[in-house]
Amino acid sequence: MSQIREKVDVCVIGAGHAGCEAALSCSRLGLETVIFTVSADNIAFMPCNPHIGGSSKGHLVREIDALGGEMGKNIDKTFIQSKMLNTSKGPAVHSLRAQADKAAYSASMKKVLESQEHLTVKQAEVCELISEPVSEISDPELFREGYERKITGVRIFTGAVYEAKAVILCTGTYLKSRCLCGEAITYTGPNGMQPANLLSASLIENGIDLRRFKTGTPARMDGNSIDYDKMEEQFGDTPVIPFSFETDPASVQRDQASCWLTYTNEKTHEIIRNNINRSPIYAGVIEGVGPRYCPSIEDKVIKFPDRERHQVFIEPEGDFTNEMYIDGMSSSMPEDVQLEMYRSVPGLEHCRIVKNAYAIEYDCLCPGQLSPVLEIKKIRGLFSAGQFNGSSGYEEAAAQGLYAGINASMQILDKPYVTIDRSEGYIGVLVDDLVTKDNLEPYRMMTSRAEYRLLLRQDNADLRLRAKGYQAGLVSRGKYEYVQYKKSAIESEVRRLKETSIGASAQVQDFLNRHGSSPLKTASSLAELICRPELDYDSLAEIDPGRKTFSRDIIEQIEINIKYEGYILRQEKQVEQFEKMENKYIPADLDYQDVGSLRIEARQKLEKFRPVNIGQASRIGGVNPADISVLIVYLDSINRKNRK
Amino acid sequence: MIYSDNDTIAAIATAMSDAGIGIIRVSGPKAVQIVDNCYLNVGKKHDLLFHAPNTIQYGYICNQKEEILDEVMVSVMKAPHSYTREDVVEVNCHGGMMIMNDVLQVLLNAGCRLAEPGEFTKRAFLNGRIDLAKAEAVMDIISATNEFALHNSQKQLRGNISREVIAMRKEILYEMAFIESALDDPENYDLTGYPEKLRSKLATVSSKCRKLIDTSEEGKIRKEGIRTVIVGKPNSGKSSLLNILTGEERAIVTEIAGTTRDVIEETVRIDDIVLHVTDTAGIRQTQDTIEKIGVEKAKKYAEDADLILYMIDSTREIDEEDTEIIRMISGKKLIILLNKCDLENEIRVTEQDIVKLMNQECGDSYELQSVDSCFYHIENKDQKIPMIKTSMLDQEGIDLLKKSVSELFLHGEIVPKEEMYVTSIRHKNALQKAYESMMLVIKSIDDGMSEDFFAIDLMNCYQALGEIIGEDIGEDLVDEIFSKFCMGK
Repeated sequence: MSQIREKVDVCVIGAGHAGCEAALSCSRLGLETVIFTVSADNIAFMPCNPHIGGSSKGHLVREIDALGGEMGKNIDKTFIQSKMLNTSKGPAVHSLRAQADKAAYSASMKKVLESQEHLTVKQAEVCELISEPVSEISDPELFREGYERKITGVRIFTGAVYEAKAVILCTGTYLKSRCLCGEAITYTGPNGMQPANLLSASLIENGIDLRRFKTGTPARMDGNSIDYDKMEEQFGDTPVIPFSFETDPASVQRDQASCWLTYTNEKTHEIIRNNINRSPIYAGVIEGVGPRYCPSIEDKVIKFPDRERHQVFIEPEGDFTNEMYIDGMSSSMPEDVQLEMYRSVPGLEHCRIVKNAYAIEYDCLCPGQLSPVLEIKKIRGLFSAGQFNGSSGYEEAAAQGLYAGINASMQILDKPYVTIDRSEGYIGVLVDDLVTKDNLEPYRMMTSRAEYRLLLRQDNADLRLRAKGYQAGLVSRGKYEYVQYKKSAIESEVRRLKETSIGASAQVQDFLNRHGSSPLKTASSLAELICRPELDYDSLAEIDPGRKTFSRDIIEQIEINIKYEGYILRQEKQVEQFEKMENKYIPADLDYQDVGSLRIEARQKLEKFRPVNIGQASRIGGVNPADISVLIVYLDSINRKNRK
Repeated sequence: MIYSDNDTIAAIATAMSDAGIGIIRVSGPKAVQIVDNCYLNVGKKHDLLFHAPNTIQYGYICNQKEEILDEVMVSVMKAPHSYTREDVVEVNCHGGMMIMNDVLQVLLNAGCRLAEPGEFTKRAFLNGRIDLAKAEAVMDIISATNEFALHNSQKQLRGNISREVIAMRKEILYEMAFIESALDDPENYDLTGYPEKLRSKLATVSSKCRKLIDTSEEGKIRKEGIRTVIVGKPNSGKSSLLNILTGEERAIVTEIAGTTRDVIEETVRIDDIVLHVTDTAGIRQTQDTIEKIGVEKAKKYAEDADLILYMIDSTREIDEEDTEIIRMISGKKLIILLNKCDLENEIRVTEQDIVKLMNQECGDSYELQSVDSCFYHIENKDQKIPMIKTSMLDQEGIDLLKKSVSELFLHGEIVPKEEMYVTSIRHKNALQKAYESMMLVIKSIDDGMSEDFFAIDLMNCYQALGEIIGEDIGEDLVDEIFSKFCMGK
């Protein structure tokens, strides 16, 4: 019997948010790519919440866009409501969030994949990784770099083999997944999809350690059964700001759907408490570890016993469905408890559940096996992204998919890797955390994880990362040059505003008076005036006739740079400190047994994660500052001996 | 292996000068074995391996030919109950430099490596016995020049500074964590009224920090002493003052103006305070080259001094030289001595004249306050300068001078308070950084900035405090600390 044997450059396993970005980036860089999915009708499927972005995740989408990814463009085409969050706070925490029409989002992404040159969509379950051992004789160079095997392709369920130079694992929650709705357990992927039950064994055979994680989703309600009069209506913003730097703002102004806010109450909590022994998590049925930051309603009630109520957002699933997503009440309770608990919430008294809430368990990667470019350390050419790496969330997945896709391509094309560090982007924070931390639960991006967030704003993602996208080859020269122009325009205009002095003339005093601003005693620079909260760049036009005309995005940057200059400078100082530690490299072949005075726990962690520099070492859990000083002193002595 | 911390090191642990006893310290896995090879008990047997830990034994150090070099007492401390947490042997031999070197050489020949400066303490640190602040304190104890410095270093070694810093850090960390939690989870963390709460918390923590910083000046004075310079016209009695203070004839005292050609330095003790007194050549215009160098130096010393003693010869009219001196020392901590008050009939300069001169040259409405017939204050809003009528001949006014010094520097308290003094410049700078960051947060609060901005300066504050106790690793911090160590510690 003859089997199909295909030869490609890259195989991407899974067509979720990670897989789509990975496959698009590889094929856009000219590599022959095939993307496998168990259901070609569910590409870029959103099995949980119906929105893209939100606090810190909005930053990721902007960064994906700046690098040349697809997520931002796709949500701009398919959103039904959009909102900039946290506008009462500083620009660092402003974050864009858009409600998606789920079906449209999926269909639109499928079309993008299908239209992409060098990319093939294939509906098939991948069952086996094909790899070869690396030896000192066969591959001396790879051997020296520490690889034990190299990937050569994959085999699918039918037996067909796809030879490839790189494989990117984007398996999401599909590996040996099972869904739990109280006592009712199904062995399926999310939303009843076919799971991938065979690949895990092949991963283990290749020496990869796996573990079980758990996540969950709330019920979907029939919108006609909800009483919205008892809830607060939540509107979208006008005007809408697009996610993508390339989307024309005029194209995204549309009629927007509403979301609704209601609250749980003491009765809801009582129902949960009375039935807690029927929750699979509390009854011990679920072995996977769930996310602390996206907790089920059971978790919230048990962990915050003093809270009288929790927020519940009712969000539409799309323009062409009545289904409503009950955000804030994910659960793995049995169906009867779910119904009782949802019906205790104002506005949901007569609700009808279309799809029950459920928890899902799946296989994913144990920490310590990933390199800083998301390659499995031991296996040359095997990359991974998304929930398989222990993260949670569409945006986190997409960001990793893009990062892994770009770097798998760089490896094949024999170009330097494109890396992003913690001071350059949320993507850098995300990747570094996944690579260096023993995350014990699904990792979710959060504002607090980014140390240098005043520099990592969603509004300047293009200034930060366009050049990297250009380096990778995903951003055109024209777009790159625009960002270069934008940078110099901001810089020179900020300088001009600082240097232009305004005298206390009658015209100026009158202007200040009209804007409710105190009169000038002595001359002041335009920049100083912009710093006054009641004034801004636009209003100063009247007393600043000499200015050039700039586009809105440039003016926004000018204002932020002037208003927050002191803070930005101090944060830049922090980054300098950070870089000093990042630049203290640790020899790849360092034997931690030689560093006699490390504590045992620290030594084990350092051996497991093998950080490339002192900065990374200091972020590994279980390695404390005393261990780091030990390491610095040790490396110093080595260097000194070497110099002698 | 390129480098090992596992070898056995040895060094002379006591001062490199002839003394009653000297100690050679040996640390490392082979410490006991190596010393045993060079040690004979009274019965001329090698038996160190069987000594109980923490005991001291009498015996002899011998060379490889078993020729006896010296009588010694040898103590054995077993890991981890030793200074370095390794096996440590200390050999107490006679304190001559020759014999100490010989004993050390024997041990080096037997397989020890000569320790680098600070290496014993470095090992103590690397083996987790002490933190960075404590390591620094060890160094301070070794170089302590007086009771205070020693006492204070011992307190630091016990971790008093660390304790204070850890407490402050904990407060800051709590606030950072709260802000971050509120940013991530606005539903469960309410920030209403938070800025006011944070402001009052920071007011408390920053004032603690300020107090620590304020102890540093006094701490430094108590630890290092006061750099004092005596200035005045030639033959006004400067050298006599120095001699009285030191109690011996050090400077050359003659009737001829300009006898002190160079700068003479002496260490003088007033109760618990150390004064490093520099006698300078009389300040005056001169053609004599040697003396000219002295005058230049005098000016320079006066610039760097903590305290200036201005000696005025009250039997000679005020002239240009005095005005030049007054200008040179204005703004410094100053005590004026109106000398030669014993020559009652020849007084040409009165206390009023000095005030007049001050007002004329330094321009800031000084007034004379009389404390008693020999003791005055020249005061304006910024400064209170003690002025004392003295006679070097009769040794009059010396007690008043000492009292004034202690008032100027230690608020009259010669005996240090039972408090922690910050004496390390590194600690002081870090505390200053932490303090300034807290002030920036308070400013952000007053400017009505949103909470996410507070985080930047709170982080800087937290890290600055962390640098003190080694919880935050500044660049090359570790190196800086250990390179300052002396040999044998």
